[in-house]
Amino acid sequence: MGYTIGEKILKAHAGVKDIKPGDFIEAKVDLALGNDITAPLAIEEFRKSGAGRVFDKNKIVLVPDHFAPAKDLRSANQCKVLADFASCQKIKNYFEVGWMGIEHALLPEKGLVVPGNLVIGADSHTCTYGALGAYATGIGSTDLARAYIDGKCWFKVPPTVKFVYKGKRNKWVGGKDLVLFTIGQIGVDGAIYRVMEFAGSVIKNLPMDDRFSMSNMAIEAGGRAGLIEPDETTFNYVAETGRKTGAKERKQWPALLSDPDASYEKIYEWDISGIQPQVACPHLPENVKPADKLGKIKVDQVVIGSCTNGRISDLRTAARLLKGKKVKAGVRLIVIPATQKIYMQAAAEGLAGIFVSAGGVFSTPTCGPCLGGHVGILTEGETCVATTNRNFIGRMGSPKSFVYLSNPAVAAASAVTGRITHPEEI
Amino acid sequence: MLIKGTVHKFGDDVNTDDIIAAKYLVTTDPAELGRHCMENISPDFSLQVGKGDIIVAGKNFGCGSSREHAPLALKGCGVAAVVAKSFAGIFFRNAINIGLPFVELQDTGEISEGDVIEIDLGSGEISDLTTSRKYRTRAFPVFLRGIVEKGGLINYVTAKQEKKNEGGKGKEAGKHPL
Repeated sequence: MGYTIGEKILKAHAGVKDIKPGDFIEAKVDLALGNDITAPLAIEEFRKSGAGRVFDKNKIVLVPDHFAPAKDLRSANQCKVLADFASCQKIKNYFEVGWMGIEHALLPEKGLVVPGNLVIGADSHTCTYGALGAYATGIGSTDLARAYIDGKCWFKVPPTVKFVYKGKRNKWVGGKDLVLFTIGQIGVDGAIYRVMEFAGSVIKNLPMDDRFSMSNMAIEAGGRAGLIEPDETTFNYVAETGRKTGAKERKQWPALLSDPDASYEKIYEWDISGIQPQVACPHLPENVKPADKLGKIKVDQVVIGSCTNGRISDLRTAARLLKGKKVKAGVRLIVIPATQKIYMQAAAEGLAGIFVSAGGVFSTPTCGPCLGGHVGILTEGETCVATTNRNFIGRMGSPKSFVYLSNPAVAAASAVTGRITHPEEI
Repeated sequence: MLIKGTVHKFGDDVNTDDIIAAKYLVTTDPAELGRHCMENISPDFSLQVGKGDIIVAGKNFGCGSSREHAPLALKGCGVAAVVAKSFAGIFFRNAINIGLPFVELQDTGEISEGDVIEIDLGSGEISDLTTSRKYRTRAFPVFLRGIVEKGGLINYVTAKQEKKNEGGKGKEAGKHPL
């Protein structure tokens, strides 16, 4: 019996001859990520263990992005824990404000993740790198502390569920819509403790940024990873980050495809030709409806950004709709590029100017409002349409506020009309 | 190990923002986190919950973020164990790693708010002392029991390393600080 791409990566990093779902393994990780919320706890545990030095200073990444630039004194203290730890352990991949970005956009952009890697991150959206054909998964702070000690992590090998997308994507339908559609179909526990593998002709033709959006939200269906087989699109992206993609690297590629006789627990197959932009209604990402079937939902705030949809193509889409238009009176538009590089690109391409001219704000990179941190907290009774990933009760502020999740086009169109709007309408 | 406590019931898909909202993630102190546990969905929970009480919930408990502050908050406000139909992957790991006992049980609907239940972690048996019903659950896999018995993941790893470094004559690892 063959292996899925996820099983192959886990098997290689665990150094075992065979692997099957349900096995407990201990595997060496290629990268261990932490942020200003999760790393302080990991560092505290690491220190208590008395380990002294980290296992490999080049395999640790620290990104203060959630409450950074520090939103208050206590956040500043947490950010400083990262800075001090990076300095004393000589960790190169520590990204201070000015260099940092939202971690799951930043790591791929910096070429820190390549196909076939095993990446753990003390952040649930670490699954984003599955878009690169890396087994990337969210873990906790104690897992991270343990990795700091010996470079390993324990895994219970998950079964794999395959999602095959066929047909032709409608205009305005992107990776975000495909993944929202998927979560709407299977529910927020539809892939609980499973590896999700996204495949089919639609995925083959999907740009890299859209693939990141899809893999990013695998966790919203309970998925431990959201994998896409690497192909030319992946390869070109990795080459652009400055990583070597020569003959030697290419030789590893066949090993990163699922075997034809690999075992899947379940295979879903959908023709997505008919689907419109999808919107997840409060208070779960599974409450998904097509944007044009929502009725009139007035919004107080629109957020375009996050590890799900803060990439350059997301900003280009939003700017295309907002060019020459004004944000509806009484509506706040907050646009947050995910990294410094994207920020610079958006400025150079005139996108930042379009957002500001329309009456929006253009923020420095931060996770900020997505998790109710800062830069756009909702008060009681307010409604927000956001390109983020979670709409739980109180996620963006008051437990009596409402969050709708959408793609950047719907969000931008909604900023203009003041209600959740299909982009075709404007 | 026997855990006996009063039940607090919750529904399906209790997420980590429910357990501890992100705005409180500026500390790692379990007691402080515990004071805000479940605040968004049950504002008085931290006042009502007593030391040693047990949460009984539906499917997908702990879904959402990776914040280990969630199981820490539960421990911090006195919760001794969680029983649910299923647990989200990262919460599952975190609970193992910091030693918060949890049990998967499909029949959680039969257990009511305020019941006193007893969980035998060794055998996997749950007894509802209020209704006199008994439930059998799966015992923990050996690998996970190894981590729990060492008092958490860090002790498990340091004990392994000491054993390696000292040729098998490793000293006893101390109790996990959490």
